[in-house]
Amino acid sequence: MMTDNTKDEHLVSETGNEVIPEELKHLVSERAFTGETMLLNMGPQHPSTHGVLRLLLELDGEEIVNCIPDIGFLHTGIEKNMEAKTYEKALVMTDRMDYLNNMGNNLTYCLAIEKLVGLDVPERAQAIRVIGVELQRINSHLVWLGTHALDLAAQSVFLYTFRERELILDMFEILSGARMMGSYIRPGGVWRDLPDEFEPALRSFLDGFPTRLDQYGALLTKNPIWLDRTRGISRMTTEEALQEGLSGPLLRATGMAFDLRKAQPYSGYDKYEFEIPTESTGDVYDRYQVRMREMRESLRIIEQAMDRLPGGLFRSDNRKFVPPPRAELGHSMEAVIHHFKLWTEGFRAPSGEVYVATESPRGILGCYLVGDGSPHPYRVHFRTSSFAGLQALPTMTKGHLVSDVVAIISSVDPVLGDSDR
Amino acid sequence: MSVPEQTVALLKDRLGDDILDVSTFRGDTTVTLEPKAVVMACKLLRDDPELSYDFLALLTAVDYWPAEPRFAVVYRLYSTTQNQFFGLRVPLPGQEPVVPTIESVFKNANWHEREVYDMFGIQFEGHSDMRRILMPADWEGHPLRKDYPLGYEEVQFTFNFDEIDRKKPYAKE
Repeated sequence: MMTDNTKDEHLVSETGNEVIPEELKHLVSERAFTGETMLLNMGPQHPSTHGVLRLLLELDGEEIVNCIPDIGFLHTGIEKNMEAKTYEKALVMTDRMDYLNNMGNNLTYCLAIEKLVGLDVPERAQAIRVIGVELQRINSHLVWLGTHALDLAAQSVFLYTFRERELILDMFEILSGARMMGSYIRPGGVWRDLPDEFEPALRSFLDGFPTRLDQYGALLTKNPIWLDRTRGISRMTTEEALQEGLSGPLLRATGMAFDLRKAQPYSGYDKYEFEIPTESTGDVYDRYQVRMREMRESLRIIEQAMDRLPGGLFRSDNRKFVPPPRAELGHSMEAVIHHFKLWTEGFRAPSGEVYVATESPRGILGCYLVGDGSPHPYRVHFRTSSFAGLQALPTMTKGHLVSDVVAIISSVDPVLGDSDR
Repeated sequence: MSVPEQTVALLKDRLGDDILDVSTFRGDTTVTLEPKAVVMACKLLRDDPELSYDFLALLTAVDYWPAEPRFAVVYRLYSTTQNQFFGLRVPLPGQEPVVPTIESVFKNANWHEREVYDMFGIQFEGHSDMRRILMPADWEGHPLRKDYPLGYEEVQFTFNFDEIDRKKPYAKE
């Protein structure tokens, strides 16, 4: 006997209409109940959702009527786990949130700790941090550019950007021993001083990269297919973007020159000269332009930081918070005690709550840290820009075509590890 | 008068008794409010022409179990014109914690409040879409509560192998 496989009994009711799950009924339009519009599931396993993002799309033909994002597939309980570790040991969890901005996460968490306990960071350490974080920004933007172009079927850009990204990952390996999850930035400074191999590698990257950026631009900026698929898609005003909680390149593309590195400088950003790139319409193309120009500004910052790298300590010598270097353990009893205390019990932070925000490649990355006098963070929360960006997807996609959804998602540059934590 | 002082003065003037406490820690000023006043406070801060806190930068909660009031919902607003962060804080009881939603003032509070509901079980009154967001829809409990265990698998030794084996949730058929 023939069985009718075309109808999935879970999704189609006896009358033939689609069954809309009870908990989603208030999110779709009335036309979905009569079958006039169609519900289409996209993801969580979909190559263009940049991770495990699921979208439920309500379609009228090709047009998006409603978009319901569903996140949480990459929830790893990082905030809960951090509560069970000491302040310093919890640091390794932050690398694993936004896996394209490992150093930026380290930095934000360390700044929060330093603010909570009142720890000063030497100038050299601050400059090294800036170099690391700006390299990370270029790295993140390269991955964004490659995947953004790949989603819009420009495959060669992906191969080129990943070639350059490899140079940055090599530099991270020189710095920390790990290509991605380095945990290089530590409370009070950085893990170790810049190794001798680092500067030649950085200089050759700084020399070669501007030409590469020109090449990416030549492939895309005036490419008619690229323009057709990105211009006028998902336009936004500054007010809308602020209401949606958007920041970073998404906000700057709407014309607002807001950057926390300028507005509330941390780690000595006020000492470097750089511009905040802005555009006007806030569409996918403008977001592309903003990020492309940001990479050049990051290069400028790195060059200045490297040229003017101050001498001195790479990590604070406040032994109540920073473990002594290995060499000291051989001849100082006090160093042995500090080493033992800091790696077993950890340092204690006072009761109180702090909020620190930095400018990550995706926008504001905030760390809310609560101390209770014990060596463990009482509560850690990360306010991430991927979360904000995905929340804005329904507004951004409304009225556009299915094929534009892919362009819009990648222009938000979400990292699901960042939004789900 | 500095911007945080101005903000506190505005809130004190308009909300009076609903303000429970004003504290400053490491240069950040936080105002503690009655739950019922939070929507009004956010609206005042957003619509004030001079201060204009137009950006919701943080919305989360802290569990102080077993102390009472057990929860605190924490807000950080940012003013793009004044370049200033400002904190609000709402204490909530352990039994049936409910706070009004600020979705009507800041649209992006929607997901943040869903996350707080998911992780702490705090209800947001008037919220348009009170579902879990990070955990699966059929999940039991609220993971970031302090009385929720972190969850380890017990180690099986030779002396207690069978005892622990009986407790393990193997897939049935």
